[in-house]
Amino acid sequence: MSVDSATVRRIAHLSRIAIEDSEVERLRGELNAILAFVETLSEVDVDGVEPLTSALPMQMKKRADVVTDGGIADEILANAPLREDHYFVVPKVIE
Amino acid sequence: MSDPTHLSLAEARDALKSKQLSAVELAQAHIDAISKSRALNCFITETPEFALAQAQESDARIARGDARPLEGLPLGIKDLYCSKGVRTTAGSRILDDFTPTYESTVSANLLRDGAATLGKLNLDEFAMGSSNETSAFGPVVSPWRRAADPDAKIVPGGSSGGSSSAVAARLCLGATATDTGGSIRQPAAFTGTVGIKPTYGRCSRWGIVAFASSLDQAGPITRTVRDAAIMLRSMAGHDPKDTTSVDAPVPDYEAAVGASVKGRRIGVPKEYRIDGMSAEIAALWDRGAAWLKDAGAEIVEISLPHTRYALPTYYIIAPAEASSNLARYDGVRYGCREQGRDVSEMYEKTRAAGFGPEVRRRIMIGTYVLSAGYYDAYYVRAQKVRSLIKRDFDEAFASGVDAVLTPATPSTAFAQGEKGSADPVEMYLNDVFTVTVNMAGLPGVAVPGGLAANGLPLGLQLIGKAFDEETLFSLAAAIERAAPKIELPQPWWREG
Repeated sequence: MSVDSATVRRIAHLSRIAIEDSEVERLRGELNAILAFVETLSEVDVDGVEPLTSALPMQMKKRADVVTDGGIADEILANAPLREDHYFVVPKVIE
Repeated sequence: MSDPTHLSLAEARDALKSKQLSAVELAQAHIDAISKSRALNCFITETPEFALAQAQESDARIARGDARPLEGLPLGIKDLYCSKGVRTTAGSRILDDFTPTYESTVSANLLRDGAATLGKLNLDEFAMGSSNETSAFGPVVSPWRRAADPDAKIVPGGSSGGSSSAVAARLCLGATATDTGGSIRQPAAFTGTVGIKPTYGRCSRWGIVAFASSLDQAGPITRTVRDAAIMLRSMAGHDPKDTTSVDAPVPDYEAAVGASVKGRRIGVPKEYRIDGMSAEIAALWDRGAAWLKDAGAEIVEISLPHTRYALPTYYIIAPAEASSNLARYDGVRYGCREQGRDVSEMYEKTRAAGFGPEVRRRIMIGTYVLSAGYYDAYYVRAQKVRSLIKRDFDEAFASGVDAVLTPATPSTAFAQGEKGSADPVEMYLNDVFTVTVNMAGLPGVAVPGGLAANGLPLGLQLIGKAFDEETLFSLAAAIERAAPKIELPQPWWREG
């Protein structure tokens, strides 16, 4: 499988990464080189094989559903590029 | 005492304990070395005052007989680990002047045990790279040079290139690193140092900037096997804040260094003898097997049939996980922000300006393989092949093999700009021998095996059973004893 320029633009948008028109061709070439490299997996017989989702068999640990942390709004906001009181500020979302 | 930066971590520990040396003297010697070695570009942020304050406390503790396991030992921290109150960059512009209000669990463990941290070490951006050339803070230079071509700037490997270069250049006694596809072992092999990626779950990932969460593990890079064992013991351990960290006691790894390897069965996987393997790498591998045989181990050929699919599998799974993990860099909660007409344009401009080309490429590949219509063909298929890669190792270990011996890398280090500029896949091939280990979640260690004809170091890799790092330390120490002693480079790079 390989991608065309329209797909490159679509992936960039899904990735929320702005790209210039002048970059599309180069990116298409690079992405296709990687896709060609991974293409070899199509020759592996994976019938009846379970997908591996955890590197080692382990039970998901559970803990009591209680508050263990909190009250640190100042710390959470300390690195925000734009903030007002205890709010992150972003451009208007709703017209 | 002569230059204390030439001590191993274990020797420095013993010198401090016997008061031949003070922790402040030891820290100051490293701070001086760092200040004269900026040409290597190992550190993104230096924290000399912090290291000296810690060293003063260490001297006080040593004086009252209250020394901790790493008391007063100066270490470097890969700048992927969050450091409380110290700028943490992940080698990226997008984090801007992000200053964590918390400390990663692994670095907190090192501080708990008395280490003095000298600063934050350079790395490939978000740990994505094999040469440290993708860092937004410029490439790291290795202290090693080619005999015939001393002007070429040699890469220290990646992504933990600041860690490997700083340890080889004696700017710290040891350094933290992380490994997603080979990022501890490949830089260690390139710089004549020792690097161990422990079993997935052995070290907490909490507070380490995430790349591919099912593959990432923390580990040390040091100058000797014993030093790696000492550091790993402090780094490892259960952490309730990382659900994948394992609740099992941490063994005394140092006790395994020097243990007999008599009767151990070592598998040599025939599939690692890849097409076009250089005669020099093949000979290194044979020598490694011979050293272990001389030490009493038994060498057997094994088969890991899905080896050739590991790298393609990695280049689906790792970007997929990265595209998800890196979605958090949106210019809202931390890091840089580019203005946009609306929130969507702000995200897109911020991420275009903040991420470098390799990171953008991997996010896009990951987004593609997870997108509707391609998820099963790429991502689920890759997860199935990952099962087969892991099964290969399970079967080899079930057949009675205690560990697996391979070369660490397909070549020695190369010079800046020599690889991957035209085709990203060329750079990816560096990890051909290391990436299988991350796929299977197993521990792997790189240990020096001598020098190549071009004067650069070569490394061997040992792969162990899950949570059997002790066997790896014993075997790696046997190789270390048998291999020709590597003389680290003289400090040609120093200023002043």
